[in-house]
Amino acid sequence: MNVWLWALAALATLLLAAYALRAAGRAATAGAPAFRDMTFAVAFGYVLAAAALAGGVWLWVQPGAVFFRWAVQFFAMATAAAFLFRLAGRHVGTEATRKAFRQMPLTAAFGLLTILLYAVTAIFADILAPYGQSEVVGAVNMLPGGDPATGGDPAHPLGTDQIGRDLMSRLIYGAQNTVGIAFATTCIAFFLGGSLGFLAATIGGWLDNLLARAVDVLMAIPSLIFALLLMTIASAWAGNQQWQLTLYMVIIIAVIDSTRVFRLARAVGQSIVVMDYIEAAKLRGEGLGYLIFREILPNATAPLLAEFGLRFCFVFLTIAALSFLGVGIQPPLADWGTMVRDLAQFINFAAFSPLAAALPLMAAGAIALLTVAVNFVVDWMLHRSSGLKD
Amino acid sequence: MADHLLKIRDLRLEGRADETWHPIVNGIDLDLGRGEVLGLIGESGAGKSTLGLAAMGFTRDGVRISGGTVEFDGIDLVNAPLAEKRRLLGKRIAYVAQSAAASFNPAHRIIDQHTEAPVQHGLMSERESEEDAMRLYERLRLPNPDEIGFRYPHQVSGGQLQRAMTAMAMSCRPDLIIFDEPTTALDVTTQIEVLAAIRDIVDQFGTAAIYITHDLAVVAQMADRIKVLLRGDEVEEAPTREMLESPQEDYTRSLWAVRSFERPEKPAPAADAVPVISVRGIDAAYGDTRVLHDVSFDIHEGRTVAVVGESGSGKSTTARCITGLLPPVKGTIRLEGEDLPPDYRRRSKDQLRQVQMIYQMADTALNPRKTVGEILGRPIEFYMGLRGRERRRRVEQLLDEIELPASQFIDRLPSELSGGQKQRVGIARALAAEPRFIICDEVTSALDQLVAEGILKLLARLQDERKLSYMFITHDLATVRAIADEVVVMKDGEVVEQGDKRQMFTPPHHPYTDLLLSSVPEMDPDWLTTLLEERGRENLGDAAIDRMNG
Repeated sequence: MNVWLWALAALATLLLAAYALRAAGRAATAGAPAFRDMTFAVAFGYVLAAAALAGGVWLWVQPGAVFFRWAVQFFAMATAAAFLFRLAGRHVGTEATRKAFRQMPLTAAFGLLTILLYAVTAIFADILAPYGQSEVVGAVNMLPGGDPATGGDPAHPLGTDQIGRDLMSRLIYGAQNTVGIAFATTCIAFFLGGSLGFLAATIGGWLDNLLARAVDVLMAIPSLIFALLLMTIASAWAGNQQWQLTLYMVIIIAVIDSTRVFRLARAVGQSIVVMDYIEAAKLRGEGLGYLIFREILPNATAPLLAEFGLRFCFVFLTIAALSFLGVGIQPPLADWGTMVRDLAQFINFAAFSPLAAALPLMAAGAIALLTVAVNFVVDWMLHRSSGLKD
Repeated sequence: MADHLLKIRDLRLEGRADETWHPIVNGIDLDLGRGEVLGLIGESGAGKSTLGLAAMGFTRDGVRISGGTVEFDGIDLVNAPLAEKRRLLGKRIAYVAQSAAASFNPAHRIIDQHTEAPVQHGLMSERESEEDAMRLYERLRLPNPDEIGFRYPHQVSGGQLQRAMTAMAMSCRPDLIIFDEPTTALDVTTQIEVLAAIRDIVDQFGTAAIYITHDLAVVAQMADRIKVLLRGDEVEEAPTREMLESPQEDYTRSLWAVRSFERPEKPAPAADAVPVISVRGIDAAYGDTRVLHDVSFDIHEGRTVAVVGESGSGKSTTARCITGLLPPVKGTIRLEGEDLPPDYRRRSKDQLRQVQMIYQMADTALNPRKTVGEILGRPIEFYMGLRGRERRRRVEQLLDEIELPASQFIDRLPSELSGGQKQRVGIARALAAEPRFIICDEVTSALDQLVAEGILKLLARLQDERKLSYMFITHDLATVRAIADEVVVMKDGEVVEQGDKRQMFTPPHHPYTDLLLSSVPEMDPDWLTTLLEERGRENLGDAAIDRMNG
């Protein structure tokens, strides 16, 4: 009850402060339009933001708020990196890329930079990683930080896992395995869903009905449970061949995710096939392939590309989830989902030793960071493609 | 200062594009007295809509007022606080948009949207406002005025919706209404009803109005004074009669001259000549709904047949039957004496090549992701098998023929072209196939008059050079007068009258043709008054119009 009273009092204070802010602003500027036409909601928003900022500062000076300080430090560094990246992009490259960088928001610059770093890491994993991904190199469960005083080792700056493998190497190889497989899976899903969706939209009739209903049936089953079920069946077929199981996983996730792509491609395609230029091409006597790939596809790239970014995140999370559950990418291959599962119990030590809790959080953070980065870039592309239509 | 309701001085408006501000309106002065109607005319891009909105102290996103004053009844609208503008807009200043269908919220009944403003401004109770709405509907001669407001916007026709919107603007009895092209999207016969209704109600309540349009004949009926705009500058302003009789500026005169384009009459085709296209007794249906009944006409070499009628009369359906997109249920279509397969998928490449089409909306007719060179190159490659440099040379020739310099235009995307240029590219794409026969589906109705005239002249020249035959679908009789050799009048899927142009424009007519012809606005400011009187006398007023509309 007491808590509610406090909350109520805080709200009342904020409301009063908002009113005072607006009145003070009006008096001080003698009715400048910015304050004169300000609605109460906007004034309240300003006050709320100021209160949140003050709360942040208060939290920063608390001794226990280690993760909050890390997060703020990371946020500041990320902002600076994104700013520098955008600055560099504005001065290097062709006229077209420089123009794109000039209009780019900071979030998109951060997303691009992150994706670029992940790609470099994945491609050059063999060169970048100090140890092999399944190599046991030191004591078990060494903490990150590289400082012997806190239980680290300078040779393993991010620590080691439960059987003594170097975590930094495993994170780097994880980029190759998890991201690489997710990318391949998304590509297959797009090829399947996209071509069938456009086909359904262009031909219509019974084919459209058949495909759409089949997709409805697949979509009616919760996707993670469906994937688990199919993976269980597949693991019986695969026997001891680990690479076969991975292949099955790629196909299963691709088929399940292609249903979402199909829906989008069909909807986008349907709004394009009614255009007069499609009619003109049909009346010219053009074939199906020309219609789909030369007339429809170029006009559908913007929404499809945006969907590709989102779909990639979902696929990526599905793979991590399956690996976390033990049916995804198989050991000894390094994979972020598996790493989170293996080190998960260290979360319990967060209150006593933030460094120990950081062990599973690094892999989880790698997943989260990529997802956020991809979404930033997708948001920007969607905004650009919709802006071009205006 | 009661004699000036609206006073605009040196108003400058700027729009934001490519991160800089570009001028849209450069210092316009405008005065409007109480009860006066001012016509604003100009081509698209002249800034007339932006100016109309600025007269309410409002700008669209990305547009700003960079200078000048707007004074409404002594109130400075540019610097007025938002709260004060809110009290004025809807109550003392109202706005009627071009597309009523897009301006009404489809999720609410018409009358609920009507009563919103009076109730909000505290002028009437909901009940009083509803009754007032019904009286207004009656005055605007909407059918079933007691009942029509309780329908949703999609349940009434376009012309009725436009009148309902005028009623809505009247709901608070404003001092000023801005009409932004309220009849541009309507058929001629519907347009008359809306024009008469607007003029009536503006007269009765002594409301001042700014009437924005690009149609001179319309503005001549509505306005006391006319102001001509060109690219954000005022060209001239004068009382309507004076402006019509003796325009001072060259630009105004060129606007006036558009309707004078007319082609010399061609000799009738020989009696034994085989028509290029012969439509023989076709019936067509969408599902179970018959939309065409026994349509027949011939189109001879080098001649233009105009197919006229209001929307829903089956003009475009006839075109779809000829192209094979909608196979007719009955009847045949012959190309130079040979039967064409009813479905386009069964036609040979050569048959497809002979029949080409130019579309109404050039925006949707050109693939936005392809350059002009690709758009024109494809039919050349597809039909003639030309590739590489030969193909490019042919594209350049085509661009020459449609009077667009090849070096400038060949690599542009459709979004980088103006409306008239897009339509020219559409024409070139049809020409690229080297056809005998082209269907022109309302090709000029989306264009300004000056641009439309250019397109008509181009089509006429190409016809003379290449002995092309045109089927010209239109609802604009001025266009028919300009370009047609023969006319086919359609109504409800049937041909009601056909013959050569001279015959069609001399009485006696079929009553429907008469209605269409008399509905075309003329430049005479007394035209609407005279027409309404005549129709009233002949008892061919609303009742007849309703009967004609079925």
